[in-house]
Amino acid sequence: MADTPRSFQEIILRLQTYWAGRGCAVMQPYDMEVGAGTFHPATTLRSLGSKPWAAAYVQPSRRPTDGRYGENPNRLQHYYQYQVLIKPSPPDLQELYLGSLAAIGIDAQMHDIRFVEDDWESPTLGAWGLGWEVWCDGMEVSQFTYFQQVGGHDCKPVSGELTYGLERLAMYVLGVDHVMDMPYNDPQSPIALTYGDVFLQTEQEYARWNFDVADTDTLLQHFKDAEAECARILAEPATDPKTGKQIIMAHPAYDQAIKASHLFNLLDARGVISVTERQAYIGRVRALTKACADAFVQTAAGGAAA
Amino acid sequence: MSDLLIELFSEEIPARMQTQAAADLKKRVTDGLVEAGLTYASAAAFSTPRRLTLSVEDLTTESRAVREERKGPKVGAPEQAIAGFLRSTGLTLDQLEVRDDKKGQFYVAVIEKPGRTAPEIIAEVLDATIRNFPWPKSMRWGSGSLRWVRPLHTILCILTDEEGAQVVPLEVDGIAAGNTTRGHRFMGPDAFSVTSFDDYEAKLKRARVMLRADERADAIWNDASSQAFALGLDLVEDRGLLSEVAGLVEWPVVLLGKIDDQFLDLPPEVLQTSMKEHQKFFSVRNPKTGRIERFVTVANIEAADDGATILAGNQKVLSARLADAKFFWDNDLRVAKAGMQPWLDSLSDVTFHNKLGSQRDRIDRIAALARALAPLTGADADEAEEAAKLAKADLSSEMVFEFPELQGLMGRYYAGLAGKSDAVAAAAQEHYQPLGPSDDVPTAPVSVTVALADKLDTLTGFWAIDEKPTGSKDPFALRRAALGVIRLVLENDLRMPLTDTFGDAEWSAHLLSFFHDRLKVYLKDQGIRHDVIDACIAMPGNDDLSLLVKRARALQATLATDDGENLIQGFKRANNILTQAEDKDGVEYSYGADRKFAEEGAETALFDALDAADAKIAPAMAAEDFGSAMTAMAALRGPIDMFFTDVQVNAESTVVRRNRLNLLSRIRQICLSVADLTRIEG
Repeated sequence: MADTPRSFQEIILRLQTYWAGRGCAVMQPYDMEVGAGTFHPATTLRSLGSKPWAAAYVQPSRRPTDGRYGENPNRLQHYYQYQVLIKPSPPDLQELYLGSLAAIGIDAQMHDIRFVEDDWESPTLGAWGLGWEVWCDGMEVSQFTYFQQVGGHDCKPVSGELTYGLERLAMYVLGVDHVMDMPYNDPQSPIALTYGDVFLQTEQEYARWNFDVADTDTLLQHFKDAEAECARILAEPATDPKTGKQIIMAHPAYDQAIKASHLFNLLDARGVISVTERQAYIGRVRALTKACADAFVQTAAGGAAA
Repeated sequence: MSDLLIELFSEEIPARMQTQAAADLKKRVTDGLVEAGLTYASAAAFSTPRRLTLSVEDLTTESRAVREERKGPKVGAPEQAIAGFLRSTGLTLDQLEVRDDKKGQFYVAVIEKPGRTAPEIIAEVLDATIRNFPWPKSMRWGSGSLRWVRPLHTILCILTDEEGAQVVPLEVDGIAAGNTTRGHRFMGPDAFSVTSFDDYEAKLKRARVMLRADERADAIWNDASSQAFALGLDLVEDRGLLSEVAGLVEWPVVLLGKIDDQFLDLPPEVLQTSMKEHQKFFSVRNPKTGRIERFVTVANIEAADDGATILAGNQKVLSARLADAKFFWDNDLRVAKAGMQPWLDSLSDVTFHNKLGSQRDRIDRIAALARALAPLTGADADEAEEAAKLAKADLSSEMVFEFPELQGLMGRYYAGLAGKSDAVAAAAQEHYQPLGPSDDVPTAPVSVTVALADKLDTLTGFWAIDEKPTGSKDPFALRRAALGVIRLVLENDLRMPLTDTFGDAEWSAHLLSFFHDRLKVYLKDQGIRHDVIDACIAMPGNDDLSLLVKRARALQATLATDDGENLIQGFKRANNILTQAEDKDGVEYSYGADRKFAEEGAETALFDALDAADAKIAPAMAAEDFGSAMTAMAALRGPIDMFFTDVQVNAESTVVRRNRLNLLSRIRQICLSVADLTRIEG
């Protein structure tokens, strides 16, 4: 089983197959800019309420301040996370997780795998949980978290969340020292592509835009717009006047919260947010996610009685 | 008698919580057992990353029956009183007995608690212990409501006697106790049953788990030292790291690796900190070069390739980390060698406190103060000022941004590289000291000066904006700063009136009394009586801490002598008589005792003794020789005692009486010139 994968995409495919085989709904990335897989509504919103849930997906993630023009061996402003969320957290979640490492060629008898204390907290999501960072031979390869609170709501039941930093994990499995040198598809392919072939140019383009060119006045205005739209959506009455049905628009509102969060990250990368303002912005985003969480738990997917 | 074995098996417990958790398990369970009427011979608790274990030996098999009688209200007492009594005893009215005494009939509750078996009691105590366990942080998981540090999987709870072992029946939130556990996650994952503590520990070892944290720590230390020794190298001791690493593994496997040559020129502290903080590696030093050249990592598994894969992986991660550190160091070197000006400039943008300005403002104040203090500390004023200006430059460096715990140390390196004198460079590191009651106090004059200026600026600054510590709240660590000043002054024997640095601010007296409070705590730890300190604080010059403490030590020594102790009695008697007479007569007897009115021998002798004491005390006090002054004062004890034995102060003759009161006044005057003896107790 534990033969070594040959490319970045093979690692992703093996994780998809593995978690599909463990009963997870394999979902697709959320079609918005987010800072981490946790922001996908399949995690943030679905971790709320009493309904069971199991999902796995790749999420492209953007952290504008981490851009290094593609020069740093392992820092990127755009990267991939693999995310698994199971509610309620199954008793054998650690074993399931270790099975996923075996599936991508990490043999627990040959490597030193450790669960090292790490308390997770997301101030913008109003969320926290306890768990570990998982180390493989001294390198952090995943975050393993039992969600305790999301959007200010206690998680009942508790969701187990696994987050794999795909590039770093793949670099380790594939024995690559610089991310841009990593084989993206099989190196034996007729057209073999490296990670750099796919992403080096975009890293440069976005780094320049993120750090120096993005118009801060526009970003600021978009932030305010998203904030206002989120509040406006949630202020609409629960009953839709056209269909006469109860339709609480938790997801459209949450899209605006995600937008605001990413705009804040862009403003941060442009260096226009002072230390004191930072907390205020984080608080504003948290207020949005909290309001969306409040709305979601009123919906059927959020476990409200029909 | 039987032996109790409990194991709580969970997902990985944070290393820093394990030792306390084992101690809490032991205390809560044994306290509960004893409270319920069981006794035991001994108990011991153990922890690994995945388990907390308690072994209790020679536990009694049942609690004794207890019969308790409680007297209740009178028969016919108000209904409320009777209802309250029933509630508190858990009985009904017909279960109460009625008895007679002199005042009439009253109710008595006879409460019989039957003896209970050990399993019954253990089940109850363990359930309560698990549900109320004092984890620093706990969590829920799955659909349950139980809280534990991480998901709790199994409970092993058995009682063993000559007949064998039996499971103590209990269930906590769906987890039923049993007699099985598991070994190492990867090397011994199968469940097995156990019959006693010895059996448990032996089987765990076969399943690759060392139960005892100290055994794991010893194994790590011994193996790592001998591997280093074999290469002619020294393992750098780090007890904190050792105990943390012992809490990260159930089966320690020590692997020694090499640090890539390109990183060997980094300061050893940087290597050590980076390896410890990020990777939990031990450092291995070459005694010949003093450099850190290798590392030790502790794995949790015996791999088929003897750890070659694991070591290679760790080495790779370390190289990536050190590449970062080297990048910071190289960047910092450029700024340092050019004189550090950009760092100093950027400190203008760092707010120290919104009412106290930027770090730069603060540094300017400290530099001015350091210059002013230099004559008192024996430092060169220019050097002290320069040292103060540079002491915090490293706060802007990339290395300190990455590793805040290296502040000061990096400053010392950078100041050296900037071509500053050794004294200036040393001050960058030492001016933070002492960081606590047991930390070293700097002795180099420039370091002492900057350390004092730094702390005094903090204290006067926060007093000026009225941000004093209250109760347990001391967010700016002002108590520590004050203790730092106290230790710097005393341990370097500096003569420095503190209030000179306070100026004539209205909070000056309050800050001084804050210092006095800290001083009392400090001296109390050194065995100086609080009333002795009070007696010295009441004297002039009390903002000169060295003088104050010198006086207190001399007074304490004097009071420890027979003469000293009795002199206090004599002084108090003289003072009482005098105070009463002064109150009554409305005058102050402070002058004019004349030898010619002396009638008794003891009176003349006291005149002689006071004259002799005066002749010694005045020059001794002028020379701050408190020891001699107090010895001379204590010598008055005999003449004073004799005076009170032989002489009646309230003589018939007003002239004689007044003269004698004036004589007592001389006693008071002499004694009070040394310390305020009215504050001495006893």
